[in-house]
Amino acid sequence: MNRTLWVILVGACLIAPFFVYPVFLAKLLCFGLFACAFNLLIGYTGLLSFGHAAFFGSAAYVCGYLARDVGLTPELAILSGGLAAGAIGYVFGALAIRRQGIYFAMITLALAQIVFFIALKAPITGGEDGLQGVPRGNALGLIDLNDTMAMYYFVMTVFLAGFWLIARIVDSPFGQVLKAIRENEPRALSLGFNVARYKHMAFVLSAALAGVAGATKTIVFQFASLPDASWHLSGEVVLMTLLGGLGTILGPMVGAFTVVSLQSELSGFGSWVTVAIGLTFIVCVLLFRRGIVGELEHFFRKRFSTVKVDQKPSVRHESTTETR
Amino acid sequence: MSLSLNAILAQAMLGLTNGAFYAILSLGLAVIFGLLNIINFAHGAVYMLGAMVALIGYSYLGSWIGVPELQAGFWWALALAPLVVGVFGMIIERTMLKRLYQLDHLYGLLLTFGIALVLQGFFLNYFSTGGTPYPATPAVLKGAVDLGFMYFPTYRLFAIIASLAVCFATWYVIERTQIGALLRAGTENPNLVQAFGVNVPLMVTLTYGFGVALAAFAGVVAAPIYSISPLMGADLIIIVFAVVVIGGMGSIMGAIVTGLSLGMIEGLTKVIYAPAANTVIFLLMVLVLLIRPAGLFGKER
Amino acid sequence: MKTNMMTLALATAMTASGAAQANISGDAVNIGVLTDMTGLYSAVGGAGAVAATEMAVEDFGGEVAGKPINIVSSDHQNRADIASSKAREWIDNDGVDVIVEMLNSSVAIAVQKLASSKGVVTINTGAGTTALTNEECAPLGIHYVYDTHALPVGTATAIVENGGEEWYFITADYAFGQSLEKNTSDVVKANGGKVVGSVRHPLSTTDFSSYLIQAQSSGADVVALGNAGTDFTNAVRQAGEFGITETQTLAGMLVFISDVHALGLETAQGLQYTSAWYWDQNDEARAFAERFLERTGSMPSMVQAGLYSAVTNYLQAIEETGTDEGKTVRAYFGETTMNDMFHKNATVQPNGRVIHDMYLLKVKSPSESERPWDYATIEGTIPGDKAFIPLSESTCSLLK
Repeated sequence: MNRTLWVILVGACLIAPFFVYPVFLAKLLCFGLFACAFNLLIGYTGLLSFGHAAFFGSAAYVCGYLARDVGLTPELAILSGGLAAGAIGYVFGALAIRRQGIYFAMITLALAQIVFFIALKAPITGGEDGLQGVPRGNALGLIDLNDTMAMYYFVMTVFLAGFWLIARIVDSPFGQVLKAIRENEPRALSLGFNVARYKHMAFVLSAALAGVAGATKTIVFQFASLPDASWHLSGEVVLMTLLGGLGTILGPMVGAFTVVSLQSELSGFGSWVTVAIGLTFIVCVLLFRRGIVGELEHFFRKRFSTVKVDQKPSVRHESTTETR
Repeated sequence: MSLSLNAILAQAMLGLTNGAFYAILSLGLAVIFGLLNIINFAHGAVYMLGAMVALIGYSYLGSWIGVPELQAGFWWALALAPLVVGVFGMIIERTMLKRLYQLDHLYGLLLTFGIALVLQGFFLNYFSTGGTPYPATPAVLKGAVDLGFMYFPTYRLFAIIASLAVCFATWYVIERTQIGALLRAGTENPNLVQAFGVNVPLMVTLTYGFGVALAAFAGVVAAPIYSISPLMGADLIIIVFAVVVIGGMGSIMGAIVTGLSLGMIEGLTKVIYAPAANTVIFLLMVLVLLIRPAGLFGKER
Repeated sequence: MKTNMMTLALATAMTASGAAQANISGDAVNIGVLTDMTGLYSAVGGAGAVAATEMAVEDFGGEVAGKPINIVSSDHQNRADIASSKAREWIDNDGVDVIVEMLNSSVAIAVQKLASSKGVVTINTGAGTTALTNEECAPLGIHYVYDTHALPVGTATAIVENGGEEWYFITADYAFGQSLEKNTSDVVKANGGKVVGSVRHPLSTTDFSSYLIQAQSSGADVVALGNAGTDFTNAVRQAGEFGITETQTLAGMLVFISDVHALGLETAQGLQYTSAWYWDQNDEARAFAERFLERTGSMPSMVQAGLYSAVTNYLQAIEETGTDEGKTVRAYFGETTMNDMFHKNATVQPNGRVIHDMYLLKVKSPSESERPWDYATIEGTIPGDKAFIPLSESTCSLLK
């Protein structure tokens, strides 16, 4: 991602809280990070996980518990949440990677339901009531996050760090291999890459970063609850990423911002929000598969470049009878 | 809770009721996946739509069209709701799903997910999630049957029998008749079948409509038991997915047998440790996907 | 209405005597109604709660201490995280001065805590858990209508005395249900009864068959339903289908008039339940109820009636003290006795608990009912000091 975009992004993040309610912005950033982490798996590796809320939710609960009952400072709690999600991602990934396409998606869904069940029944999660009263705490033991602005800048730092990490991964040789796997897995395999290892790694990274997003959300709202681990959220993050643009670096963020803002603006209209989101999904799948950012990139490339225009990025085609 | 034989048998009967619904819903899903290669995420929503059509037909339709005495009773709903919803499904297929066939079939999943959200969101504005009771349960089906170990509501017995009848009728048509043979051939090699002069796209559309109609039928049958809520399908759909995956995504008999069995396994789990009832199914799903991804009855595709 | 004239005169007098004395934040009093608009409790609170608030504001004259009154409302969808997010936004951004209703115990706990930490009063008319005035009490929280201790004191005592000795619980698995089950068990045991088992169900369940079968196989005399709203009505209906009511007594621990209406007298007759208010209990109540019925199409539940009373008294507090500042208003509540169509001689304890009489009601049979909504007879009164937990036994940390 080039320098200008970075400057604009950081600049926008710095001045935004003076114009928009900072708690709302913090929510946008958390879900933005979630979608970016998810995109690592679907946009760059071509694997559709339908259970990503398991990572968001489990980290949310772990962080909440550590912050409230163990007394960890927020940044340690968030890191622990991310690590926990990464660990779960390691286990889930090992199981899910063995299958392709739709079966992969179904395994992730089933595994996520098991996590949901644990969230529902484990005594420390508070079941239907949720984990309440998570303290904002003092970041690094110094900065009181009860101050809304301080909290926002803390979240902004976490978001930018996570985003930078994802950008680095995507541009690295590792990221190139992931893209190769997305485009043509058998060929990547024939080139000698241990495709399973790469997929697994991508899964773990995606899970851990999704966990960081979930843990941060818990600190902001001082709350972890069942919807954080439900398959509805898994579906929502797919929408956010699709809407913004699969396989683009800024896309998921744009998609997340749009969906969260839509939900907020339309909240007075009751369940028409859900209808609006559903319609957006439909229109996106039928007409704008590249997503907002993807379409913009495509448009600019067509107009200003003499190079042949990219193929539409798509979720990887399923090969027949894979039994790796 | 007591583990007496009566209690176990009673829970098994309740599980059988749930199982009958799982069977008929996963049957529709399996039929659609078999021919269209699409995971119909809207299946739960059209199940709900069937129930809603039944409710509206009885309680609201009359006053809308100015004939307040007009109340479409249960039997009318049973016949008409699947038709109405089936047509709705065919329209969806023709206008939207058709465009996605040459793409990765995960887009089909996403599109139907969007449709489900639209349907649910729409009805959530008018009906509470706590459930609206269905007012038109036929009097002949009220009351209970004394099974010795429990009093079993007559209507639930009817629900089991009706669902199983429809399931086996469908299985028979698909596996044993000419039409079914065409369908199965179309699944394996659409181009060849088209070359023989069969209108494959039409077959696809009708199949989707049929699968959806099955779900709507289940919805009407379910309405008197479970009340009608906009989210009644959402809660059910992922379990039905699990059933289909375990049974085998394209297998008709697999869907029926697995649906019934899992319903009973779930019911029996409730006796031992109620909260785990759902989760047992997902654990099984993971196991099947790892050991035999095509499902217990399915073939590798 | 006499109260209305008095208040209007008072308001005019105060305005005339110098608006400079009034200290209203944001130059308006903003009331936030947080309730369940679309879910299982929507008939108990929901749009009716908003209507009750509007009626209270209208009857008060539309303004207090010379400033206008605004009402905002939101659907919490029975999710404490959505509710506390909304409450936070209301307080930070929209200058809401009081949050009312809340109708869901985990919502109430979360919002009460949040609001108190930000200096905003909460008047909870819908949620039931005793935790709100015990371990989860908050300095500016008021628990207005009923709680899970008062309910069994009425209902459970009556049923045990009638021979219902062995109890089996079917309970909603969240703050409210757990609290209700515990308090009811205590009352049952105190009266010589026994709890033989229990099963928990998720909030907003439509199929109670497996839970009811378990209750049936336990052989208990009484099947107690520790849930409310559509959970309750679904359970009662299905209990009838499975023949449970032939051999066992159903105990509805929290029943609202909307539930009886939904079930119909045929199914619900004979049910005993405890309530803080019944529309037919006196002339004042009837007058309010008839107006509410005309406005919304349903008779008010005790929650909606309680909300009307709460908002009226809140506005009165502002009028008397000249400010909408949280601590002052809350202190005013602690010092006055309330008398209106909802309750008589009601006081507010330091832990936020409102003390007033409760009533034991019994649902009429279809032949006894003389007009629509004529659903219950009042069988007994439980004085406030017996119904609620005495202050000396409260575990609220504010009292130490």
